[in-house]
Amino acid sequence: MRPILMKGHERPLTFLKYNREGDLLFSCAKDHTPTVWFADNGERLGTYRGHNGAVWCCDVSRDSMRLITGSADTTAKLWSVQNGTQLFTFNFDSPARSVDFSIGDKLAVITTDPFMELPSAVHVKRIARDPADQASESVLVLRGHQGRIARAVWGPLNKTIISAGEDAIIRVWDSETGKLLRESDKETGHKKAVTSLMKSVDGSHFVTGSQDKSAKLWDIRTLTLIKTYVTERPVNAVTMSPLLDHVVLGGGQDASAVTMTDHRAGKFEAKFFDKILQEEIGGVKGHFGPINALAFNPDGKSFSSGGEDGYVRLHHFDPDYFNIKI
Amino acid sequence: MAFDRNGSAAPAKPSKLRWGELDEDDGEDLDFLLPPRQVVGPDENGIKKVIEYKFNDDGNKVKITTTTRVRKLAKARLSKSAVERRNWAKFGDAVHEDVGARLTMVSTEEILLERPRAPGTKGEESKVAGDNLAQLGKGGAVLMVCRTCGKKGDHWTSRCPYKDLAQPVETFVDKPAAAEPTSTKGAYVPPSMRAGAERTGTEMRRRNEENSVRVTNLSEDTREPDLLELFRTFGPVSRVYVAIDQKTGLSRGFGFVNFVNKEDAERAINKLNGYGYDNLILRVEWATPRAN
Repeated sequence: MRPILMKGHERPLTFLKYNREGDLLFSCAKDHTPTVWFADNGERLGTYRGHNGAVWCCDVSRDSMRLITGSADTTAKLWSVQNGTQLFTFNFDSPARSVDFSIGDKLAVITTDPFMELPSAVHVKRIARDPADQASESVLVLRGHQGRIARAVWGPLNKTIISAGEDAIIRVWDSETGKLLRESDKETGHKKAVTSLMKSVDGSHFVTGSQDKSAKLWDIRTLTLIKTYVTERPVNAVTMSPLLDHVVLGGGQDASAVTMTDHRAGKFEAKFFDKILQEEIGGVKGHFGPINALAFNPDGKSFSSGGEDGYVRLHHFDPDYFNIKI
Repeated sequence: MAFDRNGSAAPAKPSKLRWGELDEDDGEDLDFLLPPRQVVGPDENGIKKVIEYKFNDDGNKVKITTTTRVRKLAKARLSKSAVERRNWAKFGDAVHEDVGARLTMVSTEEILLERPRAPGTKGEESKVAGDNLAQLGKGGAVLMVCRTCGKKGDHWTSRCPYKDLAQPVETFVDKPAAAEPTSTKGAYVPPSMRAGAERTGTEMRRRNEENSVRVTNLSEDTREPDLLELFRTFGPVSRVYVAIDQKTGLSRGFGFVNFVNKEDAERAINKLNGYGYDNLILRVEWATPRAN
């Protein structure tokens, strides 16, 4: 395959997200302007100007009309996907790290970093249908994580919130009462900071990537460990193919050590693993820095990766990818 | 869709506006003088042409023709809303996108999903390694570098099948008889020069000489790859050598080609003897065995 290279960002990529139909690709980077691209040919559709700090995360509503972004400028913003206008700004006391729309787009979960003695927190906001009615109050605030919360997502039927972060513990919260329901085991859980979390298409399980050089597959209801994928570099990004039983791990050595070694030694490939057999299928090379973000097109026929090198690489699979046998 | 950019820049026709009527003001934006952007196609072959005009750094008008091939995706199933989104107007920084700003490029490099173990290859590799080990006995294969032909891991210098075809180091080859007495003194004697091993060495040499073809009257610029290109059509070639003058670095006008099969060598001689190559007429013949 010949990947499409998108050089719209000046700074390292932080997050990638496809909309539901898979025709738009949203990219967030440390350069303040989230960008939307056409996912088939990589043409830039537009940018969302207004943030004043690195943008860590984004999510798009099911109808592809609203975009929510979380930024290090201590705000999370709602945007109109079509024309890039700001609809609303949520202000926090510390940088916003992760955002996720609930099923039905009526709620959003936003996590904030620990900052100036403030502990990290998970905020739940109600999203109004009409931006004019939008309120800034949090419906619920969850505290309990030590250090940054890398990602928080909605569980099945919006009944739970799953969060994971620097303290390497995955937590499941009740989204109504805010009660902590489950915690991942010290024995089976990650040993170092969790960097990414990604739900499966049907929402029955999720995969987490960690700096302990592994990715783990969990049951979303019971929080039981199902599979572990071991690699030889810290995992910054994980994603799952919606079509095949494949898990993709992206990572690489620490960005501060990149200039000191050859790019081959950095292990900057996206590694494909068989979801069930936990065996490596292959690697896709190309980035000159660690991979920070990975996303699969909902049709499962292409995926994109965003790196510390500022490039988004959009890969459309060759036909023989679909009949790989282990 | 795929991009296939063949950008070409050519000075456009002089504009109708007289230059004298224009202000000499450098900072003035003259973009209104430029003809509008034209889009031609896409035609039935999917070739789309975009013709744009802009001023370059010297203030000259430049016509930029971008030819792209638009490829329809087979069986693309797009939702209605996705088709609608396709026609959305650009916004943000994408509105004022520079003509020259190529934000989206297609990689020139073919990227493959690299399998950790390509099927088949691993087995072969281990087999080769096994063979080497068998030949070697217990020597480390990594250390085995031939000083004559520079090949790694295949044979020792003393067993090099090509050594007598290479640069004259005959002193080495012609010495086995003389070497024997020295061995009694306890000095190191390469295994091939010891009494027992000598036979195999010469056998190997003869076998290689049999399929060796001498090529003379080569032009000075002919290099080994060229010769390989020329002779490869006849069959598998095991070695190509062009004699280079060590002082001048120029070709001495002759070389050797070793074929794996004798028949191929024969055909090559029949075909290429008298063949015009680089303004010279080649002479191709069997390499005469070196007279010891």
